[in-house]
Amino acid sequence: MALELVGRATAPDTDSPLSIRGLTVSYGEKPAVFSVDVSFRPGQMTAIVGPNGAGKSTLLKAALGIIRPLSGQITSYGRPLHEGRARIAYVPQRASVDWDFPARVLDVVMMGLTRELGLLGRVRASHRARATACLDRVGMAGFAHRQIGQLSGGQQQRVFLARALAQEADLYLLDEPFAGVDAATEKAIIAVLHGLRAEGKTVIAVHHDLATVAEYFDRVFLINTTAIAEGPVAEVFTPAHLQTAYGGRLALAQMGGAAAG
Amino acid sequence: MLWDALTLQLGYNATLVTLGATMLGVGAGATGTYLYLGKRALVSDAISHATLPGVVLGFMVMVALGGEGRFLPGLMLGAALSAGLGLLAVTGLTTRTRLHEDAAIGAVLSVFFGFGVVLLTVVQVMDAGRQAGLETFLLGATAGMLRDEALTIAAGGAVVLALVRLLHRPMILVAFDPEYAVGQGMRLARVDLAMMGLALAITVTGLKVVGLVLIVALLIIPPVAARFWSERAGHVVMIAGAIGGVAGYLGAAVSATAPDLPTGPLIVLAAFALFVLSLLMAPGRGVLAAALRHLRFQRRVHLRQGLLALAAGQPVYEPLTLRLMRRAGLARADGVATETGRAMAARARLDERRWQILRSDPAFEAAAARYDGLTPLDEVLTGDQIAALDRGLGPEGAV
Repeated sequence: MALELVGRATAPDTDSPLSIRGLTVSYGEKPAVFSVDVSFRPGQMTAIVGPNGAGKSTLLKAALGIIRPLSGQITSYGRPLHEGRARIAYVPQRASVDWDFPARVLDVVMMGLTRELGLLGRVRASHRARATACLDRVGMAGFAHRQIGQLSGGQQQRVFLARALAQEADLYLLDEPFAGVDAATEKAIIAVLHGLRAEGKTVIAVHHDLATVAEYFDRVFLINTTAIAEGPVAEVFTPAHLQTAYGGRLALAQMGGAAAG
Repeated sequence: MLWDALTLQLGYNATLVTLGATMLGVGAGATGTYLYLGKRALVSDAISHATLPGVVLGFMVMVALGGEGRFLPGLMLGAALSAGLGLLAVTGLTTRTRLHEDAAIGAVLSVFFGFGVVLLTVVQVMDAGRQAGLETFLLGATAGMLRDEALTIAAGGAVVLALVRLLHRPMILVAFDPEYAVGQGMRLARVDLAMMGLALAITVTGLKVVGLVLIVALLIIPPVAARFWSERAGHVVMIAGAIGGVAGYLGAAVSATAPDLPTGPLIVLAAFALFVLSLLMAPGRGVLAAALRHLRFQRRVHLRQGLLALAAGQPVYEPLTLRLMRRAGLARADGVATETGRAMAARARLDERRWQILRSDPAFEAAAARYDGLTPLDEVLTGDQIAALDRGLGPEGAV
């Protein structure tokens, strides 16, 4: 009986590019994410915001199946995650890989075509042209043949974004895309993300800079192990909600002008 | 004699053995590249040491069944089974306990190997065992190898190579960025299993030639050496295959002329020689090239600093700077600038001032990133752009 009720309540949201139901992820016996329900809206840019250790990246990784959750269901456009992979592009934290790997910038972007190329599919000139176009979009066209070890942090981040663009996905999940990058890169990345939104794509990014949330994003998902609130920036990004998410750890000044009111 | 061996003129069998070892080396070098790039190279050491109990048990079973105990495919099957168990143990310990992989490798390697040595000692007390020469599986031996055995080894290397070609893309992606690979829908556990399966196949194939103690070297040294020569993963795989192949060839050929020397160590020494060659001679990442580059860079820095000091009317004290400037005809022995020196110093000063303006102007952000204190501005900007910059220099611009 109770099970049926739960079943009805969790009928998949077919519009949502990413819908999470009852997600709990635990390292050891302390949940990093506890019983989170959230449906992200299509065609919008949503920031995942919360204090350090609030489970922001963990939520993203569990949503992608990188970390195995303790419980929970993930659906993408109303279908189980593994059926929707082709429409999802992921941009990991750039520090998660070894940049001394033997690869050129173009090789990394071409990794975005892995699904499309399959095991033995020939790499054609058209594939390379597409990868180069993606590099151009993030302002890195001149770097195609550089070894990735020579890139600055901001350039690494842009290459990762270009790789995601090469997938031509509908949903873009980014883990701290602005962490430790220079101002020019931040500008370039946000321009690309706004461009994606203009094309009707969905963007979800873990974001830690409260000052820029209102400027960059349409919606906010506040999390601190449990879900605090999700909605348009004006409604959710308020001092009251931030207080709930951050507790005493947040000085009002840190919220920037955005949350005033 | 050695020349005959190297040119494959020591007879049919020796030639087959040498070619088998070559094929094995190519397969090992290529396979090892994925392990090395994925920082999993030492797992293969656990795999190889875990083969020993399987080899001996395989022998015992075949003898017990009344068969020929030395039948190579049978021994390889036994080796594969116990190495597979060892691999499972490492994976299980790493994923299900809080042990890290290095500890799991150490534990599995030593326990399996220890068990194998005990079994080997027991077998060698038996009559059939004493003649079987199972101890050659420790360090490898090609002396007296049968034609079928050589062919089996060559075939094993070739099959592994074909599988490597098939699985190249997923294995490289997982080695570089496993999280992204999962995001693309790849099953990490499967790719990992395939990678380790290939290492296992190479290990088992190479037991007879290289021996289980040293096969790890044939998996690791070629890719490490190959990495010096290329910045592209696909090329590293091919170069590692080539290095492994040459090592296998040389080692087996030398071993054919000196049957008393174990083949495995000879192959490993050949691979090591190629590694040293790569370490020293490779352009780009090689030690000599890096040292030369550093020296050249140091000279450019000293010359530039010297010129800027002259331009600012400061004396040059540093002996190296002074020596370089004298040799370039820019300064006299007492540190006073020559005619050329003064002209060059003025130019360096102007260049530096232009750079300063450029770096403070957000419109030139991309160009500013190329500032290294050495590059002349006209390599970065066009004449028109420099002219535009000069307007910002003000009245004292043409110092």
